Amino acid sequence: MEASNAVLFSAITLINLEGDLLDQGDFNAWLALWQPDGLYVIPIDPQETDFKNSLNYAYDDHQMRMKRVHRLDSGESISTTPRARTLRTLSRFRLLEADEHQVVVRCAQSLWEHRKGNSRHYAADVTYHLLPQGSQWLIQQKTIRLINGDDVLHSIGYIL
Amino acid sequence: MFCQHAIAVKNLDATPPNHAEIAALVKADRVHTSLYTSAELFELELERIFSKTWVWVAHVSELPESGSFKTTEIATQPVIVVRDRKGEVRTLLNRCRHRAATVCEQRKGKTNSFVCPYHGWGYALDGSLRGVPHPESYADQLDKTELGLVQLRTEQYAGMIFATFNPDIEPLSDYLGAAKKWIDLFMKQGAGYPVKTGPAHRFRFPGNWKIQLENTTDGYHFPVVHRSFLSSVNKQTEEMLNFVGGSGYVEDLGNGHSVMVMIPELVDLEANLDAPIPERFLELAEALRQDHDEPQVRRIVRAVGGSGFNLNIFPNIACSMAFFRVLQPLSVNETEIHHAVITMDGGPDIANQARLRMHEHFQGPMGFGTPDDSEAWERVQRGATAGDNLWIMLNRGLAGEQPTADGLRSDVSAETGMRAAYQMWKKLMTENS
Repeated sequence: MEASNAVLFSAITLINLEGDLLDQGDFNAWLALWQPDGLYVIPIDPQETDFKNSLNYAYDDHQMRMKRVHRLDSGESISTTPRARTLRTLSRFRLLEADEHQVVVRCAQSLWEHRKGNSRHYAADVTYHLLPQGSQWLIQQKTIRLINGDDVLHSIGYIL
Repeated sequence: MFCQHAIAVKNLDATPPNHAEIAALVKADRVHTSLYTSAELFELELERIFSKTWVWVAHVSELPESGSFKTTEIATQPVIVVRDRKGEVRTLLNRCRHRAATVCEQRKGKTNSFVCPYHGWGYALDGSLRGVPHPESYADQLDKTELGLVQLRTEQYAGMIFATFNPDIEPLSDYLGAAKKWIDLFMKQGAGYPVKTGPAHRFRFPGNWKIQLENTTDGYHFPVVHRSFLSSVNKQTEEMLNFVGGSGYVEDLGNGHSVMVMIPELVDLEANLDAPIPERFLELAEALRQDHDEPQVRRIVRAVGGSGFNLNIFPNIACSMAFFRVLQPLSVNETEIHHAVITMDGGPDIANQARLRMHEHFQGPMGFGTPDDSEAWERVQRGATAGDNLWIMLNRGLAGEQPTADGLRSDVSAETGMRAAYQMWKKLMTENS
């Protein structure tokens, strides 16, 4: 029990760090949290499991994550200049799997964005697949299942 | 500051504008800003455009067998599009004939019937009223033959299904006219497999529907609004998409339809199969060679890249390079857009995966293209509230416009397609009903 609590605590520490880096706009530090072959995915249908053969909102490998970060920083995109302010809270952490190769944690994300006078809320179930790499853990997969993913959305000019 | 472009027109007041007043809002080279901002004109558009002409409701791949259905809206009215037992596609108003409740709230599925959840009236797939619970209370005063779900005239061309509230309108085939050959070209992205659509990225933006309609035939904005997207693709793709100033063109096809050819060499996806495979598809081509001969590899690869044109069909559907763009007006200043992905039904997984990834890259609320478009449209709507009698200028490419067999043609960044749509708008809005 103590061992799994320690694993969960380490996972929560990484997940909170990730959320803070995204809210603070420290995207290069965010990129460094990832396994090179990691997958950042936001399916349309929250029940979907075959992401590769489905249409998603985002299906980002390392190259696409770098491009997404560039888009937020470059000033080339009118929908991300100015960038939306975001504030996310992550809670309800549950350890789903843990062995020496992989730790899987599911949690709830409640995110507020604010841009040009409008605030909007996005709630999601987020599942993290984390890989222990020595003393450091890296993200192998982050799956964001928006509770309204299969409904009508508005532009999301930041990283969920 | 005095603006030389201001032309005095009567401000729309509480009385409905008459035909002459509406006609004065659309000139050969400009339209009045009230087309974006007047709630009164919006109400008239629902009545005179969306209830009078052909409106796209589905693609056949969404209704593969008897009982398959989807729910959607024609402007603000909920409808069901369903394939009945005999295989005929029907469009039914999603409204129980008893006390109006919608009889179906699922977006798609398969069923044997539609049963109203309020009092249990049951309808067959063809819309006929099959039975009502406890009919004895009606004695003989319920004529079930009169109380089927209201049906709209429904016709299709090349898998594109349209419906209309107008029983007297010309056949769909005539309405589409010169757009049909472009639909045929667009469907070549099946590469021999049936074209399959869905799912879609669905999003809303705070602006008038015609702003989006214009955008599909607006080549001029691409290098400006999509700078961020262009920086995210390889050099060869960026050069291909740098089409403003190129040999492409916009053509008015009649009835408000238009085509914008951005990449002329990608108009016919089954031609030029010997052309070099673009760098971005080399890996895909190599993988396809394991199971396909070279001509088929090239056909699939060309199809994956999508067509080199946007076909804008008035008023709500576009065959836009590699996807269907569906627009739905919600109010004068709110519009819903669906960008439905297209894949090859039964085609190679790797080819369809490439299509999915390309769609995600540009489209949708988190794509690298759509959010920037959406921001621009939102700004148009906001800017349109400034000034009193200002106009939306649509005179780009007018100087070089030439008649063709189908209509009028000008350069690739001309506003010819917008002028075509607004002339159709004017015709429908001022027609005697």
